[in-house]
Amino acid sequence: MRDLNAEHRKVALFGGSYNNWKATEAVLADARKRGCDGIWFLGDVGGFGPHPNRAAEVLREAGIGLVQGNYDDSVGNSREDCACGYTDPRDNHFAQVSYDYTLANTHAHHREWLAAMPTSARIGIGGKTVHLCHGSPRQVNEFLWESTTPAGFIEHLCTANEADLIACTHTGIHWERRLADGRGVVNVGAVGRPANDGRRNVWYSVLELVDGRIRSEFVPVEYDWEAVVGEMRSERLPEEFVETLATGWWTTCLEILPARERVAGRF
Amino acid sequence: MEALNTEIPDAAAAGMRLPMAWLDTLWLQVTGTVCNIACRHCFISCGPKVKKHDLMTLEQCREALDAAKAEGVRSIWFTGGEPFLHPEILTLMDMALEVGPLGVLTNGMLIDDALAAEIGNRFRDAEYNLEIRVSLDGCTAEQNDRIRGRGVFAAATQGLANLAKHGVPALVAVSLVDDGAMDQALLVDLLKELGLERPRIKWIPPFRIGREENRGRGYEAWEMLSEDDIAHPETARRIQCGTSRTVTNNGVWPCPILINEPAYRLSDRLEGGLGPHRVDHKACYTCYAEGFSCAT
Repeated sequence: MRDLNAEHRKVALFGGSYNNWKATEAVLADARKRGCDGIWFLGDVGGFGPHPNRAAEVLREAGIGLVQGNYDDSVGNSREDCACGYTDPRDNHFAQVSYDYTLANTHAHHREWLAAMPTSARIGIGGKTVHLCHGSPRQVNEFLWESTTPAGFIEHLCTANEADLIACTHTGIHWERRLADGRGVVNVGAVGRPANDGRRNVWYSVLELVDGRIRSEFVPVEYDWEAVVGEMRSERLPEEFVETLATGWWTTCLEILPARERVAGRF
Repeated sequence: MEALNTEIPDAAAAGMRLPMAWLDTLWLQVTGTVCNIACRHCFISCGPKVKKHDLMTLEQCREALDAAKAEGVRSIWFTGGEPFLHPEILTLMDMALEVGPLGVLTNGMLIDDALAAEIGNRFRDAEYNLEIRVSLDGCTAEQNDRIRGRGVFAAATQGLANLAKHGVPALVAVSLVDDGAMDQALLVDLLKELGLERPRIKWIPPFRIGREENRGRGYEAWEMLSEDDIAHPETARRIQCGTSRTVTNNGVWPCPILINEPAYRLSDRLEGGLGPHRVDHKACYTCYAEGFSCAT
């Protein structure tokens, strides 16, 4: 199965722009500064931020690798909702607010681009294979949280997909778990909103082969969140969304969090 | 995962059977149908003397956990009956938490301070998530106890308070058996008073079988999946039995809801129960129409 889309020496992976075009710009600049010879976006251009066309333009102009997220499929194909996979009515309420706004404000030529994105990709780092996906290799909106992704399941995913590493996003919180043999999952986090840790920065991941093993590093990136907050208020987006960027704590779409991740946040 | 059939065969061949997509969730009916109470809406009619499915042994649980792990299972859930009636429940919880995240469905009545402390230790220290889900069907004793039995509200809310004291953010499951009977704002206030800083609630649609069929109503004739529903490629991922199995001391079943329906029994052991299964029971309609999963 080792048909690769690209080979890299050092690669930056990020996901979940959620319309946060300022954070997306900052992450791209940081990845280039670090000498990455490949950059991949793991999906969800749209979300709760302002001016959906701007994030799309930033990503298209960057000329980077792309993997489609559930939001991209939904907006690209004008579906009814974001298909994030929430089950609670409160989560779904706020998800629909941001989705309706994003769909209504995404230009038709960006929707075509979103619809045409590939649903997965495979890259090589040294002799190792990394499977890139949005939620999980088997389902675009599967939530791989740290506390609910056990080692046995990771081994199963790596074997079934003939991958040394699986890189995903979708949950918005970065983490990694490795098996004794070095295989594992890296959730690269999201750049569209902070990681529910009380810090305003966002996170992405850099992978590099070190001593025959893929080393991953989570990189914090500061950006002009105040400018984005100003745009969100101008666009009359919910103050709950604004509060998340301004404080670093999630205020919406919390019910999907496992108990362990929930108690780590403020709300 | 690859050992399972992930392709949907043509509808005519499949009939009313659904192939599994993969094994995501293992349900262990650790106390079978044995419960310390006998709720009026219980869809498997559990009670103190109901031993249609008896307590599972450690060996039975270990065997099912090993088989599920070999299939790449993602999460384990304990239910019953009342799981905390099992004399070796803490050992069982430790066994499961070595394999993956664990959820326990409970009425909360047996969670005293000492047990809450044990649960709290595991919530903090286990490698994986531990979810405790406590059933509550009213914001007052009057409202709750007319469904769950006299004295249940007081004991369940004490259990919730004990869990909160030991840092366990229990999730509260509410059955939607009477439209409008539960005021969400009042429930949130109650849970905060009990010490749950971030109230978490799961709403459960009624399964109109077991005692609920008599308390509320049974299913209408039209409340069934069609062959087209079952043949749809998304169905195996949408309906919980497409990615889960339930093991009791009496074999393997598609879900925790149909364990009293002998025609739906799949096998003696989990390994033999992963093939296509029937989804022509009327209760299957609730999962399909509501997009419901017993898991959180």
